[in-house]
Amino acid sequence: MAGKPKLHYTKGRGKMESIRWLLAAAGVEFEEEFIETKEDLEKLRNDGVLMFQQVPMVEIDGMKMVQTRAILSYIAAKYNLYGKDLKERAWIDMYVEGTTDLMGMIMYLPFQSADTKEKNLALIIERATTRYFPVYEKALKDHGHDYLVGNKLSWADIHLLEAILMAEECKPDILSAFPLLQAFKGRTSNIPTIKKFLQPGSQRKPPTDEKFVAIVRKIFNI
Amino acid sequence: DGVLMFQQVPLVEIDGMKMVQTRAILGYIAGKYNLYGKDLKERALIDMYVEGITDLMQMILMFPFSPPEAKEKNLDLIKERATNRYFPVFEKVLKQHGQDFLVGNKFSWADVQLIEAILAVEEKIPAVLSGFPQLQAFKIRMSNMPTIKKFLQPGSPRKPPPDECYIETVLKIFKK
Repeated sequence: MAGKPKLHYTKGRGKMESIRWLLAAAGVEFEEEFIETKEDLEKLRNDGVLMFQQVPMVEIDGMKMVQTRAILSYIAAKYNLYGKDLKERAWIDMYVEGTTDLMGMIMYLPFQSADTKEKNLALIIERATTRYFPVYEKALKDHGHDYLVGNKLSWADIHLLEAILMAEECKPDILSAFPLLQAFKGRTSNIPTIKKFLQPGSQRKPPTDEKFVAIVRKIFNI
Repeated sequence: DGVLMFQQVPLVEIDGMKMVQTRAILGYIAGKYNLYGKDLKERALIDMYVEGITDLMQMILMFPFSPPEAKEKNLDLIKERATNRYFPVFEKVLKQHGQDFLVGNKFSWADVQLIEAILAVEEKIPAVLSGFPQLQAFKIRMSNMPTIKKFLQPGSPRKPPPDECYIETVLKIFKK
C-alpha cells in the first residue's frame, strides 16, 4: 500500500532540497514533517527510525530511507530518470557527483564566519565557472541534445538545473560565458512539473538566511 | 591531457570510459559484476549501507591530514562513531536475518565496503569489534572468500596505511 513519500527534515534546503526537486520533477506528490526543535530530532532518534541517527529520512514504499544519495538513486530509478543501461547510469552518476560537490560548497556558505564566507564565495564562483559548468556546457555542445544523457530527461538534468539556480543566487550573471547552459536552464525550467515547482507556493524552500542558520545550529548542536 | 572530468582523481579507465567520481566508479563496477542486488529495493539497502560506511571511512581517510592537536579528538570521534553509530547497524542487520551477507543473502558491494571499513578502523582501534560478535564472524567469513583472501595477501594491489612520507607526498601533489 503506497501512500505519498514523507520527508523528515528541517524547513529549509540543506540536503533534502535535491530530493524535493527530484520528486517534484518526477511529478510525485510528497508530504513533509518538519524538525523544528532539538527535541523533534531526538524523538526521531529515540523512535529508532534513523538508521545512522541522521536526516534526511524519507518514508517511501515501506522503507525508512536515509542517506541522500541512496534516496535520490532510488527515486531516479523508480521514475525512469536514471538512464537506460549501466553506461548511461555511469554518466548520470558522474555528472550528479559534480553538481553535488558544487551545491555542497554553496550549502555550507551561510554557516561560515564572515571572512571565510567571502573567501569561499569566491572559490564557489571560481569552481563553478572553471571546473563544473564547462563540463556540462561541453557535454551539451558535443551531442547537441536537449538533455545531458541519452537524449532524455534524467536525474542529471534536474540536478544541474538546481545547481545553476543556486549558483545564480551567488552571482546572478554566473552563466554569462555559457550560452548552452543558459538555453538548458530556459528549456528545463519550462518542463511542466519543474515549472510548477519553481512557482511560489510549491514545496521548494527559500535560500538559507541568518535566522534559519540559528535554528539549524540549535537543532543539530553545531 | 583533458582526461579528468572535474580535474580530480580517482580516474579509472574502464570499458572505453574515463570514469571519475568515486561513487560513480564504484556504482558502475558493482552493477557490472552483479554486486548491486537483484532489484531496486535491494539496491536501496546496499546504497544506504554503503553511504553510511563511506561516512565512517571518510573520517579515517582525512585523519592523517588533520593537524597534530586535533588528532586525539578525531581518533576519539572515529571510535565513538564506529562503536555507537555505524557498527551497531550492521551487527543488528546480520543478527536479524542470520545470513552470511548484508543484503539479499548474496555477496554485494555493501559487504566489500564493510570488510574494508572494519579492517581500516581496526588499524586505529584494534579492539573495536569487541562488542560485535556478528561482525567478528563476518570479518572472518569475508576475509576467507577467495578473491578477498588473495587481496589481503602481501603482493596484492592493496595499499598500506598512509605513513608520514605518503602524507608529505600527497600534500605536495595536491597543493595549489
